[in-house]
Formats: sequence, C-alpha cells, structure tokens
Amino acid sequence: DIDDAGHKYCLELELEDVLDKGRTVLCAAEVLYPLGSTSTAPEVQVTAQGELRSTEEADKEFYNRIRSLEKELVAENIPDSHGNVPPELEPIHLLAWAASGYVIWQNSTENTKFHLAQVQHVKQVKRSDEDLQFDYVLLLHEMVSQEVIPWEVTVLWHPQRGARVSRD
Amino acid sequence: DQVLHIVPETFQQAQHLQLLCSTLMLDLWKPLLPEDIRAGEDLHVRVPAPLVQEVKDSLDQHMISYRVLIPDVQKLVDQSMPRERSSHRQVSGGYVYTEYHPMEEIYQWMTQIQKNNSELVTQHFLGKTFENRTMYYLQISQPSNKTKKIIWMDCGIHAREWISPAFCQWFVKEILQNYKSDPKIRRFLQNLDLYVLPVLNIDGYIYSWEEDRLWRKNRSPYENGTCYGTDLNRNFNSSWGSVGISFNCSSDIFCGSGPESEPETRAVAQFIKSRKSDILCYLTIHSYGQLILTPYGSTTKPPHNNEELMKVAKEAAAALTGKYGTSYRVGSTALILYSNSGSSRDWVHTIGIPFSYTFELRDTGTHGFILPANQIQPTCEETM
Repeated sequence: DIDDAGHKYCLELELEDVLDKGRTVLCAAEVLYPLGSTSTAPEVQVTAQGELRSTEEADKEFYNRIRSLEKELVAENIPDSHGNVPPELEPIHLLAWAASGYVIWQNSTENTKFHLAQVQHVKQVKRSDEDLQFDYVLLLHEMVSQEVIPWEVTVLWHPQRGARVSRD
Repeated sequence: DQVLHIVPETFQQAQHLQLLCSTLMLDLWKPLLPEDIRAGEDLHVRVPAPLVQEVKDSLDQHMISYRVLIPDVQKLVDQSMPRERSSHRQVSGGYVYTEYHPMEEIYQWMTQIQKNNSELVTQHFLGKTFENRTMYYLQISQPSNKTKKIIWMDCGIHAREWISPAFCQWFVKEILQNYKSDPKIRRFLQNLDLYVLPVLNIDGYIYSWEEDRLWRKNRSPYENGTCYGTDLNRNFNSSWGSVGISFNCSSDIFCGSGPESEPETRAVAQFIKSRKSDILCYLTIHSYGQLILTPYGSTTKPPHNNEELMKVAKEAAAALTGKYGTSYRVGSTALILYSNSGSSRDWVHTIGIPFSYTFELRDTGTHGFILPANQIQPTCEETM
C-alpha cells in the first residue's frame, strides 16, 4: 500500500509462542515507513486476537532467582559458538530477544533486515527499586550490508510491568 | 604421523627445509635443530598426520626427494608399549557428523575418507589460501572409460556459515555410505562425477573458531595491515564492483582490490575455467535464509535458461519441504534477496555453465549463523 506520507504495509501475521508451540495468535498490523527520513522509526499499530499462555509462574521463579543472587549476573556469548544456551541463561536470552525486537523496530527502514545474531555480553545491575536491570551488548546482523553491529541496550524487567528498554 | 627421511642436495633445498621445519614447528629427530640442517646430510623429521600431505606437497614443489621412514608412528609406539584405549577418536573412524568440526579435523577427515573409499574418492590440490593453507577438494568418481559430466559443490565461502561445511561433509558421507545399497546413487555416479570442496575460505573459517565467531570474509590484509578480509563472494569476475558491494576494507561486503584479487577466488576460478566444458552444475552452499537462488544478483534481467533453472530449483525446494516441512523460497538473488555483484554463482553462469545455484540453508533468522548443532542432522537430511 502506498501513501503520500510514506509507504504503508498492511500485514496479517500469526504469532507462535516459542515455548508453547501449537498455540497461535492471529494479529493484524499496519506499518508506516516515513517518507525520506531514515532516522525516524516506522509507526506500528498491532491488534491481536486471542491470548498467549500465562507465564506468571516462570516469571516469578526467574525474578526471585535473580533477586537472590549474591553476585551480579554476568555472561558472554549467548548462544555459544555451537548454538548452545545453558538452561539457566535461557530467560536472559529470551529477554535479549525481546530487547532486540525493540532496537530493530527503532532502526528499520524498507531496506534493512535485522536479526539478533548473538548476545555478546550481559551484565546485571542491582537496583534499589523492584526492577531487574540488565545491560546488554547485542550483536545484530543486517542482511543487506551483511554487517554485524554491536548494540548497547539497557533492559528493565519486572514480572508485572514487563520489559522496558532504555538506551545508553 | 609419519617420519620422513630427506637428504637435501643443495644449499637452497637445505634452506627451504630449515624454513619448513621452523615455520610448521616440526619435530626434528635428526638433526635436533633447524639451523643444523645441511646439504648432503640425513634429515629425519616427524610430521603430524594433518600436515603430512602439505609437507609432501611442499617437497614435491621444490623437487626435494624423500622417503617415508616410518609410515605410522602411533602403530610403532603401540607395538612397543601396551595401551588401554585409542585417543585418536577422529582418525580411526566414528567421525561425528552431527557436530561442528574445526579445520584440523576436517583435513584429517578428508584424508580418512579417501583412505576408506579409495575406489571412489581422490583428494586433490586446488590452491592455497592467503595464509598459505592448502585447499583440497574431493573427487567422487566411479571408475569408467567415458568422460563424465561434473557437478561441483563448494561450502564455507563465508566463514561464519558453519552449517555449510557441515553439509558438505554430510553429503560426502551419505553418498559413500549408500553407494552400494542405493541404486539411485549408483546410477547418478555412472554418469556424473561429484567434486566437493568442503571449506573454501579456510583462513576465515579458522578465524571464526579462534577469534570471531561472526567473521565472514577471508583474512588478507589491506591498508598496511590495519584492515582485514575480502568478501570472497563479491570477488569473482561477474560485474565486479558494480552493485551490492563496498570498496571500503572494513565493510563485510568489501569486494577486494579487483576481480579475483584473492588467492582463494583464483584457485576456484582457475579450476572451474579449466574444466568448464565438463561442468554441468555448480552449487555453492551458504546460510542462512532458506533460499535457492538463481542468477543473477547484479541485474534483474533473467539468464537465458531461466525457465529451466527455475523449474529444477522449484522441484528441489518441494522435495526439501517434503522432508520436514521446512519452506524454501526460490528465485534470482536480485529479485528475492538483494543486489550483489561478483558472486561465484553469477560468474560461473556467465562463463557458460548452465546450472548454477546458491543454497542458503537454515534458518530464517532465529539462530541465524549460530545454528545449534542439533539442527545439523535435519538440515542436512532435508537438503540431501
């Protein structure tokens, strides 16, 4: 679909929970890439039909585990060179994925195609409030230029409030 | 490991042997130090198994004659000493195809494959990489008195695409393991020879194991050694330097200083040129994306045999999907992926080889280049 203010794409998507395959949610989305400007993120509107499964218990378990760590969590190369992720780092990996979605959205144009290639580094930062904070260095692969770009992202997470990204 | 007996005849030969022994850090049995190597005097040197072929190639190239004093050092050691179990896991068979292997193990694997299948397989010298490593391809050929057409497949032109060399190794294993029991494979080999280059960009591949998992290019230095690597798949002589490239060395799609500026590119191009009248099909294996790409990348103008190219590719994609449901898209690079010039696939087609395809294996971005080893088997099975 072509507009005057940019290019608009209307999409129908099926969302599948990686951890709960078989259950899908139908979504409709509208993406507007602004004309000319490549420094503005595309505008996105999404509506979803149906619900994804509840992750309340897993969230609480992860939250408590990290809060009770004596030393702040630090990890590198997720997954490792052979594609392996140790089970206790899987939630860190998934959070990185979600954060990369935000970064990709903010930096996409009609001529880019980004994927998260690897988490180069992650460091937990203990906070006085109730949020968990993770400082990531994410490696994003861009298909057209074939470049792998490191990106520093700070992610705040809370079981009820979910994930929020603040950039350095 | 082998021990070689060499008597250098000239000063030059002695010098070359000194260099060889010190560079490769070979285990000198006589004399003890490289500087004591002299013309006219006996040299006994132990060469580790993975380097044997390379050292012999080098001696051949310099016309230095040698004799194999001990063909298998381990056997000799075992005979003189009792041992509980073999630590040569890879060499004595039982190669694990569902794991990623470093280059040293792939070199050993090639030697073993030829040894265990000598009626069908021969290992051949193709050329040298920038860092002077030897590039070998395997020829799988049923002996016959007629000349057969050739299908060429290369893997690992981009260092980080580990699933690609894994597939080449798997492919060779499948063909050889099922040759006797599968009439399709036998019929195949009656009329065609298979040439497989398991790792094209050896220096880059090693670098991705030791330094940077996401490295793509080769390792040739530019700008006074401050910048490394040419994208070998932008370095071929097909509309070189026109589109989808960078002239900046620090880019991942740096096309080199000129078409075929890189030794790896030249090694492949020279060979393909010399046999082009016999090569029916060229396959180059990459990841990721799940695509079967046809020429061209530099223009959307279709190649002369586009209909046939597409028909075959579509059938291949359908067969692939039939195995595990993995969906592949088919089309020209310029239309379904991005513009690029200097690709091996395009060059091969422009010199007259009718069937030329790039395969982009699993996945579509979830794991990207770092495809977990547990996907090696299904990826290879469906691609097979």
